[in-house]
Amino acid sequence: MVTFEPVDLFIALPEIVLLVLGCLVLTADLFVSQKARYITARLTKFSLLLIGLVILLHQSDSIRYAFSDMYVADPISDFLKLLSCGSVLAMLIYAKNYIEVRAIYTGEFFTLTLFTLLGMMIMISANHFLILYLGLELLSLSLYSMVALSRGALVSSEAAVKYFILGALASGFLLYGMSMIYGATGSLLLPEVASRLSTNPEGINLALFGLVFVVAGIAFKVGAVPFHMWVPDVYQGAPTAITLLIGTAPKFATYAFIFRLLVEGMGEGRMLLEWKQMLLLLGVLSIGFGNFVAIAQTNIKRMLAYSTIAHMGFLLLGFASGIKMGIAASMFYAVTYVLSALGAFGMILFMSRRGFEADELKDFKGLSRASPWYAFIMLLLMFSMAGIPPTVGFWAKLSILQVIVEAGHIGIASFAVIMSLIGAFYYLRIIKLMFFDAVETGKPLDEQNGSGILLGINGLAMLGLGFLPGVLLSFCERIISFSI
Amino acid sequence: MLDYSILSLIIWVPIVTGVIVLALGASDNSAAGKWTALIGSLVGLLLVIPIWVFFDTTEPLMQFEESALWIETLNINYHLGIDGISFLLVFLNCLTTFVVILASWEFVAEKICQYFASFLILSGLVNGAFCALDAILFYVFFEATLIPMFVIIGVWGGYNRVYAALKFFLYTLTGSLLTLVALIFLYRESNGSFSLLEYHNLRLPIFQQVLIFGAFFAAFAVKIPIWPVHTWLPDAHVEAPTGGSVVLAAVLLKLGAYGFLRLSLPILPDASQMLAPVMIFLALTSIVYIGFIAFVQPDIKKLIAYSSVAHMGFVTLGIFIFNVNGLMGAIIQLISHGFVSGALFLCIGVLYDRMHTREIADYGGVVNKMPIFASFFMLFAMANAGLPGTSGFVGEFLVLLGAINANFWFGFAAGSTLIIGAAYTLWMYKRVVFGEIANAKVAGLVDINSREFLVLFLAATFIIWMGVYPASFTQFLHVTVDQLLSHVSISKL
Repeated sequence: MVTFEPVDLFIALPEIVLLVLGCLVLTADLFVSQKARYITARLTKFSLLLIGLVILLHQSDSIRYAFSDMYVADPISDFLKLLSCGSVLAMLIYAKNYIEVRAIYTGEFFTLTLFTLLGMMIMISANHFLILYLGLELLSLSLYSMVALSRGALVSSEAAVKYFILGALASGFLLYGMSMIYGATGSLLLPEVASRLSTNPEGINLALFGLVFVVAGIAFKVGAVPFHMWVPDVYQGAPTAITLLIGTAPKFATYAFIFRLLVEGMGEGRMLLEWKQMLLLLGVLSIGFGNFVAIAQTNIKRMLAYSTIAHMGFLLLGFASGIKMGIAASMFYAVTYVLSALGAFGMILFMSRRGFEADELKDFKGLSRASPWYAFIMLLLMFSMAGIPPTVGFWAKLSILQVIVEAGHIGIASFAVIMSLIGAFYYLRIIKLMFFDAVETGKPLDEQNGSGILLGINGLAMLGLGFLPGVLLSFCERIISFSI
Repeated sequence: MLDYSILSLIIWVPIVTGVIVLALGASDNSAAGKWTALIGSLVGLLLVIPIWVFFDTTEPLMQFEESALWIETLNINYHLGIDGISFLLVFLNCLTTFVVILASWEFVAEKICQYFASFLILSGLVNGAFCALDAILFYVFFEATLIPMFVIIGVWGGYNRVYAALKFFLYTLTGSLLTLVALIFLYRESNGSFSLLEYHNLRLPIFQQVLIFGAFFAAFAVKIPIWPVHTWLPDAHVEAPTGGSVVLAAVLLKLGAYGFLRLSLPILPDASQMLAPVMIFLALTSIVYIGFIAFVQPDIKKLIAYSSVAHMGFVTLGIFIFNVNGLMGAIIQLISHGFVSGALFLCIGVLYDRMHTREIADYGGVVNKMPIFASFFMLFAMANAGLPGTSGFVGEFLVLLGAINANFWFGFAAGSTLIIGAAYTLWMYKRVVFGEIANAKVAGLVDINSREFLVLFLAATFIIWMGVYPASFTQFLHVTVDQLLSHVSISKL
């Protein structure tokens, strides 16, 4: 029985404000000519700042349920929403020049961006199978159409169709699995599913059957091997600004997705045992496959796509340890990964100009000669992704390895480090191109409207967080312990 | 005792100076940047003096300890402290950095400030690795040293520098990543501690000890390097610029031996005892086989690089025969090799700066044009061959003594190679320095200037000092070595 109380509206305030602002931007854009499109852009950035402020003011250390428990606001959701909002804002700043000189400087770009964020925020706060699904679809549908935004480009359209078809398939898997679990437990509310699974073991086989499909759906969305096929094509085919969006903020939503569905919804007994095994396998396959195939790439977006697959493998391994510290380590990993991905894709956007995409590896040749500062920033980002100390990527890998060893999988930990060694090779290759190879373009990069400054901050954050990783790590652990 | 955070200073002064030099050196050949670098490295060297003065040579435990909680959730501490071994290595490192910066003053064509900054940062990181008493802190410093060295080889190296830099990086990373897993495993076994000193008292079954020994071996054997994982070293040495070669030989190789001394031996005494025959076999192979390989090298730098591998074989041999003489000799040999091979690479640098070739065949009769240089070079070559009165003799003699104590044939095999060592070094010296002036380029050589004189003089001073009066160095080692041997003799099963 769904009941409604006025206080529910307050608990869901960030989403409501975002929805209103999104509609406002959509409407305002109707009255704006192409020349005055910057008004839409500024409105969007302003909206994001406002949402960030709302989330900040709205956060608290308690867990609050709304809409008959279908919606939950807890410290984890506040943190993840704030990060998502921040990364979307960073994406807009990085992408400004890129979209301006291409045909995607349109109202749709901005409104769809806001609606993807809305989808993510709903996912992060969902406490009910259908709400989770609703958020996921809002996110995915917005992203499908954003990939296809540059209608003239054949690769983009191809990527969008692939993304759509495989995404729809994954959603089907997910819904099918959810319906099985609903059949086994008779509830769609995650906490209730958890309690019924533990008190009533008869339906366990049916629920396990459903679990397989749910995990498959998750693996599709995460891009874990063997459900990764869409990732490279979409990353390469989408306009770089959209790739940046796909590669960053939704990772937080994905994290929340796994957390809500598996840890909160099925985090006990037999179910826990089973999904731990599944995630372990997915993680190991992703780390192995992603790193190996990334070596062969010549397109940097495609290379980063395979590296994302490997990184998501690490994230899954953190969950697969099944301990609280592991879930915190995964969150830490997600945060550091998104930070470095923001920087790396931001660098590609920063280097590209009208008619020049800067998405081939060779475009980075001799960057240190042309712009030593940005080459240095890219060096930090690459070392962080490779997990070399003293950058923060090392601590992310360390915390994941620590929890896998804690869980008794020393062999898997050794496998993961050997694979990251292979990973180090292709990150080093970019550094080699930038620092050791002769100049090809030789034109210094021009500062573009603050995105250079943001890039600098982003790169130095890799180093700063690398010196003091304890703050973020213990923060992650603290907010996780509110919910578990 | 000294109460100031002297160890932190010795780590961070070079790093901070390096960052400042980077900021100053935006334009090529900025004088301000160069002088800042020199002063920074000099301050780093002077910081050793208070430690030298206040060091208590009767104290078996760690000294000048500093500790602060760094990462709470993983119980990682910023824990520093030194004993005799790490003190000598820190001293060697600070001296080498100063000498390298002085030696590279003129001949680095471009981006000299970035070049100096890399060495300063590297120096701080290496000091950190020698002082760290927390496993992860050690690992972070150990691993971070790869970055500046990678850049030094890759940016300022020779023709094949990219290949050498990548090989260097990936080779050493492979080993150290396995060490990371081993450290995390120890963290679990010790119920959540990364303290190296606590690991010294940790009980481990032999199977685990052997596995962890294998992981440590992967990191430290590559770094030392021991045959058959030495192949990165000749490449890295040949392609690295002079300063890079000097630091690589004098300091970075020591990290491997230091790892065995600080981690493998005291934490895994039973596995070390059990696997000692294997290690001794590898060490002897390094000494004999690599000695023969050095013989046939046409490239001076490659010859010295192979001779480094052979000399580091002595160190490994000394470590794994587990007696006082052997261990003492190994550590003395570490320091001495730092002076001698560093000095030899400096000499090659002097020649290369003038002739731009490293082929032995391109030289001949250098003594006619550069008599002062030839005298220095003679001294260093003799020290490399282990002439009594130079530092090279002390270490090798002690190791041989220890080896004969342990087993006559170990001593015999190692000793016979002294002849090979003398032969390849002196033959190389003869072909380069003596004889008639070989060609017009040699005829155009000018002798070393006062700066180069100072650099070589510094190296020569320490080589003779250590050879004539080794007690000033060994006084730091007696207690530490006894402490280490007592750790190895107690079973930790």
